[in-house]
Amino acid sequence: MEFIENYLYYIASFGLILIGLYIILIKKNLIKMIIGLSIMDTGVNILLISMGYLSGGTAPIFSRENLLPSRMVDPVPQALVLTAIVIGLAIIALALSLTIVLYRHYGTLNTRKIRDLKW
Amino acid sequence: MRKAVSFILVVIIAIGIGLSLQEVPFGKTKSEVRKYCLEKGIEQTGATNIVTSVVVNYRGFDTLGEVTVLFLAAIGLSAILYREKEGERKNRRRSSLILYTGCKFLFPLILLFGAYIFIHGHLTPGGGFQGGAIVASGFLLVILGSRSWWGFNRSKMKITESLSGLIFVVVGLLGLLYGGHFLLNYLPKGIPNELFSAGIIPIIYIAIGFKVGSEITGIIDDMIRSG
Repeated sequence: MEFIENYLYYIASFGLILIGLYIILIKKNLIKMIIGLSIMDTGVNILLISMGYLSGGTAPIFSRENLLPSRMVDPVPQALVLTAIVIGLAIIALALSLTIVLYRHYGTLNTRKIRDLKW
Repeated sequence: MRKAVSFILVVIIAIGIGLSLQEVPFGKTKSEVRKYCLEKGIEQTGATNIVTSVVVNYRGFDTLGEVTVLFLAAIGLSAILYREKEGERKNRRRSSLILYTGCKFLFPLILLFGAYIFIHGHLTPGGGFQGGAIVASGFLLVILGSRSWWGFNRSKMKITESLSGLIFVVVGLLGLLYGGHFLLNYLPKGIPNELFSAGIIPIIYIAIGFKVGSEITGIIDDMIRSG
């Protein structure tokens, strides 16, 4: 039980990453694969944030006088995640636009029916 | 067969992660960079939000690269979706009066909220990327709410985007001129927790807010035009 309490965020984030990977591997519909990619992205973000967490820490903002720097969570992973979210948005938008073009060309989103894309 | 192979692959990755994670306890970060940023952050950058000072000041060059990636994605998206003949939009019926009026009423408020978020990026949780996303969500509301409105003035949007990107680069290059470092914080830092403080950080974040807002709106607009 203590293990789950200590590692809850890691379990959740890696659960999301593995679920996303599994979706990408087994689904045949391209839109569903992009949803898997998005879930994986979320998992990576939660993992990065939880790496920098301090038990009982506050947000790294000195909005009041009596906040101690030693009781704040790590700001560097949060800045990295800010970057990662925007890049994730760009990737998903680009993937969706490629899917639109693919649908126009083949008339289907099933990767089994699109030549050269099945494995 | 496919499912079995995938499942075995996922299980192998899960076991590897589980073994490696035992060395990284949760809730006990020991990073030296964290200590440095939290203790020297206000003194060196003037921003009370340390995440902002990391994003715009300590890692400002990285943010410039990130903005470039977003720009490239927007350009790539409009290049991929480009068609010579624009698709006829089906069902161009005007939306109902309540929906239309509600959108018209909410749109300036959402813009104001987005502007508040990116102007106060150095004081409160927020910043250019978040504020830009809120501004773009306001434009999305207008697109969804009023069906009769077809497209924005794209050239004005492109001008906004380019100008704000240019402001970011020029502010960084002025740092090179004043102190010999790209993106040096050369303006007076002021008193922490006031709106006019933190030197170049608010200027850069306002530029990023305009850029991200116009870029995401452009992405949404491209996708709707192609549909």
